[in-house]
Amino acid sequence: MKNLIPNLIHKTSALALLAASSAAIAAPDLGQATKQPTNWTAITMFAVFVILTLFITKWAAKRTRSASDFYTAGGGITGFQNGLAIAGDFMSAASFLGISAAVFANGFDGLIYAIGFLVGWPVITFLMAERLRNLGRFTFADVAAYRFAQKPVRMFAASGTLVTVLFYLIAQMVGAGQLIKLLFGLDYSIAVVLVGILMMVYVLFGGMTATTWVQIIKAVMLLAGASFMAFSVLAMYNFSPEQLFAKAVEVHAKKDSIMGPGNFIKDPISGISFGMALMFGTAGLPHILMRFFTVPSAKEARKSVLWATTWIGYFYILTFIIGFGAIVLVGTNPAFKDAAGKLLGGNNMAAVHLANAVGGDVFLGFISAVAFATILAVVAGLTLSGASAVSHDIYATVIKKGQPAPGSELRVSKITTIILGIIAVGLGYVFETVNVAFMVSLAFAIAASANFPVLFMSVLWSKCTTRGATIGGFLGLITAVGLTVLSKSVWVDVFHNKTEIFPYTSPALFSMTVGFVGVWLFSVTDKSPRAAIDKAGFEAQEVRSETGIGAAAASAH
Amino acid sequence: MDQDIVQRVKSDPNYQKLVKTRSRYGWMLTWAVMVVYYGFTLLNAFDKEFMGSRIGAGVMSWGVPLGLFVILFTVVVTGIYVRRANKEFDALTDAIQRNAAAGATGSGSAPTKQKVRA
Repeated sequence: MKNLIPNLIHKTSALALLAASSAAIAAPDLGQATKQPTNWTAITMFAVFVILTLFITKWAAKRTRSASDFYTAGGGITGFQNGLAIAGDFMSAASFLGISAAVFANGFDGLIYAIGFLVGWPVITFLMAERLRNLGRFTFADVAAYRFAQKPVRMFAASGTLVTVLFYLIAQMVGAGQLIKLLFGLDYSIAVVLVGILMMVYVLFGGMTATTWVQIIKAVMLLAGASFMAFSVLAMYNFSPEQLFAKAVEVHAKKDSIMGPGNFIKDPISGISFGMALMFGTAGLPHILMRFFTVPSAKEARKSVLWATTWIGYFYILTFIIGFGAIVLVGTNPAFKDAAGKLLGGNNMAAVHLANAVGGDVFLGFISAVAFATILAVVAGLTLSGASAVSHDIYATVIKKGQPAPGSELRVSKITTIILGIIAVGLGYVFETVNVAFMVSLAFAIAASANFPVLFMSVLWSKCTTRGATIGGFLGLITAVGLTVLSKSVWVDVFHNKTEIFPYTSPALFSMTVGFVGVWLFSVTDKSPRAAIDKAGFEAQEVRSETGIGAAAASAH
Repeated sequence: MDQDIVQRVKSDPNYQKLVKTRSRYGWMLTWAVMVVYYGFTLLNAFDKEFMGSRIGAGVMSWGVPLGLFVILFTVVVTGIYVRRANKEFDALTDAIQRNAAAGATGSGSAPTKQKVRA
């Protein structure tokens, strides 16, 4: 009995984390973090990062004059730079802290979780990247609405963008607030306001140029820090993974079972559905898609995905090693645990404690600063893509019919940036005590079920029509949101009902099907005059998407 | 884009070759990624025992190298596509663009002009 209770507590907390992480996808479910003592080293390092990025913003501001500079950095980003920026968008605080925490708690399950994030990239490379670059200028709606009636499809694409961005933003803002309590020992509200203001400064003054460079710098810092940690851990075990794993199996409460799949994949349908949300959601996230317009050509777009895939793959291998490093170096050290034997600050702190174990206080400060900088960089990208949906898709194309007064589009995007910043800060406050773990998962599900089917069908299916794209897209969006509300992460965890109505981890398998079938059904039954124009436009669209003939040669001017 | 340029490009044998080869290659590799990833996922769902079982005398299980294989496969397969695209597909695209431009100067329209969308 004496041993049973702590054992039971350990099991439940690990299970809770697993459930949360499987639902969270990219959000660190930090829950209600306890404020830690103020960490001045981390704050100083973060201040250095902020000063550096503000100088970059000042430099970028001089180069941000036109709408094209603002949305796409004038198309002057190279494939290598863009690859790092895309990787930066993916190496969020959530994947770094969340995946290493999942490995720390359950071993192999954390690897399954990480792999899901990676496998969407080759598919994007093979089917989407070059076509996107050839057809689009600023937003993914440029591509989705290319040959259709602009108003309905743009309105759908802007809704898809804003909904995705908003859910993602809330998760990031709440994550920032909880992280700052843990890492810097500062108040939640300081984090939310700080992130809001800095993000607005980057986007308003430096546009896409600053947003991209902030992301690149952070990606390099994170890759360097994580490499150092993984290297230090492996060095302690003579660079033999076998020795590291053997020690981990010896000291971990779950023993041998950390080397195989546990409860992460509840059932085959959840596994497939979750995999689809990650794989195809990646190809429908507006803040990722807009990065394909920042490079000068389809060739560079293709190169940037190869670099992104390489860095992300490398990073996930590092997090796996870091998680095991935390099992042997953090899990066995009472200095990192509270009286009950739980990790100080929760399992999400596994990588942060490991930084302390391998590199001391200064390196701990560095990793804490990087983790917070990560959120800042991702939030800036999200806001920029939300602002471009409003100014380019709704204002310039729908309201002004593609003929906005000179300079007015840029002005609208800046005003929208400020409004989105204020909304993000407000939502950060409102959702402080709500379990937001489901929000990033929802963002991925919507991207996979609404944005992706419309984008995919409009580019590759000649018989797709305005009506099909619009109705199908909205059906996918509504299904993804509806099923998420009925699933455990909202119905039970947020609304406190006893049992969930929708039993699977992710709605993607079902909502994506609804999206695709919707686009197909409402296209084939569409006999309107507009449908004839839509279908007739496919030939010209196909020629341009395959060859780039007619595409604006974006360049730094 | 002018309709006559569209027709000229479409009748270019290079264009037909590019579209056919690239789309077949892209879909083939896409299916390869799907088979590898969903195969891995289904093994994790249906045969947890195998994935957790030891390979040899040590603690190393089958799951870990298989998982690392999926990561490496993802990166390598992307690299393979990009390599072929850089050589073969870009050469074809250049040829198509040259042909289109040459034909266009004859008919007096500019193929690189940005299409104005409503």
